[in-house]
Amino acid sequence: MLTLTCPCCGVAAEETELAPGGEAHLKRFGPGASDEDFEGYLFARKNPKGVHFERWRHAMGCGKWFLAARCTATLEVFGTYKAQSPEPPPEIIAAIKARRPDWKGYS
Amino acid sequence: MSEPISALAGKNAEGFARVSEAGLQGMITLRGNLASAALAAAVKAATGCALPGNRGIHTKAGKAAAWMSPDELLLLVPYGEAEATAAALEAALAGEHALAANVSDARALFRVSGAKADQVAMKLCPVDFARLPQGEIRRTRAAQVAAALWRSAPDEISLVCFRSVAGYVFDLLAISARTGSELAPA
Amino acid sequence: MSTRLATGGRLIDRSKPLSFTFDGRSLGGFAGDTLAAALLANDQMLIGRSFKYHRPRGILASGVEEPNALVGLGQGPRFEPDQRTTTTELFAGAATVSQNAWPNLDLDIGALNNLAYRFLPAGFYYKTFMFPRFAWKHLFEPVVRLSAGIGRVPKDRDADRYEQAYDFTDVLVVGGGVAGLAAALAAAKGGQRVLVLEQTAHWGGRAPVDGIAINGMPADAWVAETVASLAALPNVTLRRRTMAAGVYDHGYVVAQEAVADHLPGADLPRHRLWRIRAGRIIAATGAIERPLAFAGNDIPGVMLASAARDYVVNWAVSPGDRTVIVTNNDDAYRTALALHDAGLVVPAILDARAKAAGELPALARARGIRVLEGRGIARVKGGKRVKAVEVCAQAGEGAVLETIACDCVAMSGGFSPVVHLYSQPGGKLVWDAANGMFTPDPARAPTGADGKPFVTCAGAASGALQAADALADAHAAGGGEAAQAPRAEAAAEAPMQPVWMMPQGAPAKLRFKMWLDFQNDVKVSDVQLAAREGYESVEHTKRYTTLGMASDQGKMSNINGLAILSDALGQPIPATGTTTFRPPYAPISFGAIAAEARGEIFQPLRRTPMHDWHAAAGAHWEPVGLWRRPYCYPRGGESHSQAVNREVTNTRQNLGLLDASTLGKILVKGPDAGRFLDMLYTGVMSSLPVGKCRYGLMCSENGFLIDDGVVVRLADDAWLCHTTSGGADRIHAHMEDWLQCEWWDWQVYTANLTEQFAQVAVVGPNARKLLERLGGIDVSKEALPFMAFTEGTLAGIPARIFRISFSGELSYEVAIPASHGLAFWKACLAAGADLGLMPYGTEALHVMRAEKGFIMIGDETDGTVIPQDLGLGWAISKKMPDYLGKRAQERSHMTNPERWKLVGLETLDGSVLPDGVLAPAPGANPNGQRATQGRVTSTYFSPTLGCGIAMGLVRRGPERIGEVLEFVAAGKSIPARICDQVFYDKSGEKQNV
Repeated sequence: MLTLTCPCCGVAAEETELAPGGEAHLKRFGPGASDEDFEGYLFARKNPKGVHFERWRHAMGCGKWFLAARCTATLEVFGTYKAQSPEPPPEIIAAIKARRPDWKGYS
Repeated sequence: MSEPISALAGKNAEGFARVSEAGLQGMITLRGNLASAALAAAVKAATGCALPGNRGIHTKAGKAAAWMSPDELLLLVPYGEAEATAAALEAALAGEHALAANVSDARALFRVSGAKADQVAMKLCPVDFARLPQGEIRRTRAAQVAAALWRSAPDEISLVCFRSVAGYVFDLLAISARTGSELAPA
Repeated sequence: MSTRLATGGRLIDRSKPLSFTFDGRSLGGFAGDTLAAALLANDQMLIGRSFKYHRPRGILASGVEEPNALVGLGQGPRFEPDQRTTTTELFAGAATVSQNAWPNLDLDIGALNNLAYRFLPAGFYYKTFMFPRFAWKHLFEPVVRLSAGIGRVPKDRDADRYEQAYDFTDVLVVGGGVAGLAAALAAAKGGQRVLVLEQTAHWGGRAPVDGIAINGMPADAWVAETVASLAALPNVTLRRRTMAAGVYDHGYVVAQEAVADHLPGADLPRHRLWRIRAGRIIAATGAIERPLAFAGNDIPGVMLASAARDYVVNWAVSPGDRTVIVTNNDDAYRTALALHDAGLVVPAILDARAKAAGELPALARARGIRVLEGRGIARVKGGKRVKAVEVCAQAGEGAVLETIACDCVAMSGGFSPVVHLYSQPGGKLVWDAANGMFTPDPARAPTGADGKPFVTCAGAASGALQAADALADAHAAGGGEAAQAPRAEAAAEAPMQPVWMMPQGAPAKLRFKMWLDFQNDVKVSDVQLAAREGYESVEHTKRYTTLGMASDQGKMSNINGLAILSDALGQPIPATGTTTFRPPYAPISFGAIAAEARGEIFQPLRRTPMHDWHAAAGAHWEPVGLWRRPYCYPRGGESHSQAVNREVTNTRQNLGLLDASTLGKILVKGPDAGRFLDMLYTGVMSSLPVGKCRYGLMCSENGFLIDDGVVVRLADDAWLCHTTSGGADRIHAHMEDWLQCEWWDWQVYTANLTEQFAQVAVVGPNARKLLERLGGIDVSKEALPFMAFTEGTLAGIPARIFRISFSGELSYEVAIPASHGLAFWKACLAAGADLGLMPYGTEALHVMRAEKGFIMIGDETDGTVIPQDLGLGWAISKKMPDYLGKRAQERSHMTNPERWKLVGLETLDGSVLPDGVLAPAPGANPNGQRATQGRVTSTYFSPTLGCGIAMGLVRRGPERIGEVLEFVAAGKSIPARICDQVFYDKSGEKQNV
């Protein structure tokens, strides 16, 4: 059972206090978008073995959403950061690179 | 006007700690920019308390201001003052983006008291109570429902939950406090 | 025979005799006994019958690894099957029964299976019952079921209570043996929080039994001193009777404390499940002795050498008068010494090694004990008890050299470190060929949230089997400096020699009787058969043969089974690998997993402020989410349907009162609130005038309808959004998700005020009269028209009144502070008595909304329905450039004219259609099933119309009004005509008076 530190309130919350929200950094496509873009936004989800970016809500806590960078194979947590991040911030990228030198980077 | 009644009308139970529903408690949810001077002034006017920092709770003369999230406070005032205080906050913050709502009736407040009060809460909440100092409010879950708790006195934990589950939470606390089920090392 | 010795027994208190029963026979023991020790003291070696062959089985071990000696324990509501006698503390009045034997333990009919062992090999069930398939269900399964499983399922509700507790620690030490204590002491000196768990009631583990000296004092004294120093430290917590069952991600550990197993009937929680979060875990879990595989190694009286020693030293129980020791290592000589020193006879030590020249063999020889080198057991003679062993050369094929009479055999095949807690979260093992064991590979330890190792094995669990090494290792694991490590003095041990089969060239007839897994009746021959049949993967072999399954979890059978499989496959043991260790290490109770979540508090039950009134009024309840709402209020001898009909008719003709407090109420406020709500709802909410109400639909980004409700404009910058009952939390979370994660620069705050207000629907032709009587707010048609709202003081209580209708009647929904909810409800009842006021429940609400053709989220919607399917186009803005779900609703599948759409349905004979039934269509669907063209989504008897009414989704439904569809229920065809879904007051004049 995971523990993630909520960057909004600082609590190291266990999984039962959190609600998962799937893949992070999705770009919304609305009316006017092509079928392909909309399909990608709505359905095509990454499922990597290794570094992954996820949305979590501190549901039984401060109620805020946040993002986590985590290894899906070892469950190592590279960092948590604000939900208001269009892409992983540099310090998170650096933390991942330090631990996973051959990681290809965020795409 | 009819007399208002709290969720459990002050029900209590005795075990290795005392569990009681604390009756009517004025509570106001205040959402806004916690960095705003106007908001800090309004909170001070409403409660006499300075703005608490992350997860802090400040108490003064029966009133309190508690940090709930980066843009939300919970203010505790006497029950009869809550409606007027909420209105005063709305008025004081009319110039900025804020929301003040009286939530006194949406909640239930419990007190768990006694030297072993922590042990009651340890059975229900995934919280490291040994590292929860006085002056900190912790939002978590109690068994299956959301709760917020803090040390309201050296041997007392206060716990807030939603009104509809007050009966559930009371039963949880009472069964967890039953004499003989202390967590004392064997 | 086994018996109680006159003196000794470090764990028993002879001044406290206890009586208990086994299969109805009254027996005696002492405080401090385990059930197994007490049974042995009464010469009860035969405890049960084996799973598959019903072979007589006795006590093999003295701890948690015991596979055989399981009993049914307790009576009535405290009965529990499969209780391990070796870990159950004896208590006064313990009632135990043997298992898997009929009519009784001594004369067991099922033992006929034993004669048929050649016909019940590995995979027997798998092979035999595959074909023909029908025979499994009708012929084989009923027979197999009768003989499957061990023990009897309890019949009564469990009388005990259980609980859980959370704990946090920097260092968790699992195991209170000398290694665990040494590690804990070292770790505690650093000032960190240390929690030590010991699964038994006693500290010290094996060291006191083995006669080890530590720091110049007997192990017992060192243990007492160390426990006392640990207990005195404020940063250390010690818990006995607490078994760490599993280690999971990020230092999460589940452990079960047996609080009151030994105190049944005391008013205590029986078990407590600890949910521990540890920074670091030191698994000082020791090592478990392995059996040797020789013919007849399962006959009662054959036990582990360490267990025989435990029974003598700990409980003063002699496992037999004459005990033959058979071993491949020096440790078993300690058993010979202990037995000999207790005055028992050890006729011989059979040592499989060619030479036994160490310190311990010398001590045995000095006592005059015969040591036979290079020898093993060809066969154990006996049925329900060992009678003799036939000695053979280990190097040979089993030719009998000598027969030695004995009633006990103490065997030792070496030790396996208990690596379960290290392996469960992903730690990898390495093979130690010299000692014939898997040990933790420090280079591949399980890693935690920070990517660093978080489980360390210490002492014997890490492979340090000698006491001195174990203490040094554990002290280091706790972070202590080498110079300060406790020093152990013990006799030096010569190397062991792995022995996987005895004798090494045993022919088939011996291999048929060599047990690897005693609990699951898996023999050497079974594993060899699996290998011959192509089961090369250890995981496949495990499943094919059932080796190491159930509560064994590899404790006894793992290594011997792997070795036999490797030998059969002609590959080294590391190439075969080991099966996965899974939690729990030893069984934990369902009660502890459920803990407080039973009875009244199984789930949170949400109550409205009027809940108790409803209960007193005899409400029949309906669960709605976690809420309980009155379904109806039966009066006199009314059936539920009679009550519903009365409530509907009374509301339509007079006046009804509904507790609508469960409706979600979310305040949305801010400069961008209108813009936000326009994105959230399919209709425009920003244009709603202050003081007005508007019905709104919410969709997911998939386009599917997720919620509906009335939105009220409270002020210029504030809206109140009503959600469905039970939907408030979900919709509030949905709002916050979009606000926080997508439109975070919009200035909007939300607050879930659902429980701040009680809400009461006042419904019916007399509704206005009632509110006028309560007084304080002008509720006239002019002052408060349909779809408007007002606030003020009603009946002396601050109130908001929304003039909205879910029934088609003149209707007001009144919101008052929850603390006044009950008072307001009672005030309505008092004032409305002569207006024909009656409360009504959710079913009447449903009937009335269906009569009006209003949809209900969860009935008409199921996560695949878009608003356009429901004829709700009027609530969808054509002008808004965007709203959640709009793009999805433009997808070709969503705009397909073939979609099923909402219509009304009326049966030709006026009967009520069954709920959820389908209307078949000609042909088949792509799965070859009968095609369908429609489904009933809501169906009721309408007391207003005197017939059944229904709504349903039908392919191109609205284009087919007047057509008759055949619905099929239980093979019967029911014709129903497609019609308009509004059955009552189509023009809406009743609500608009």
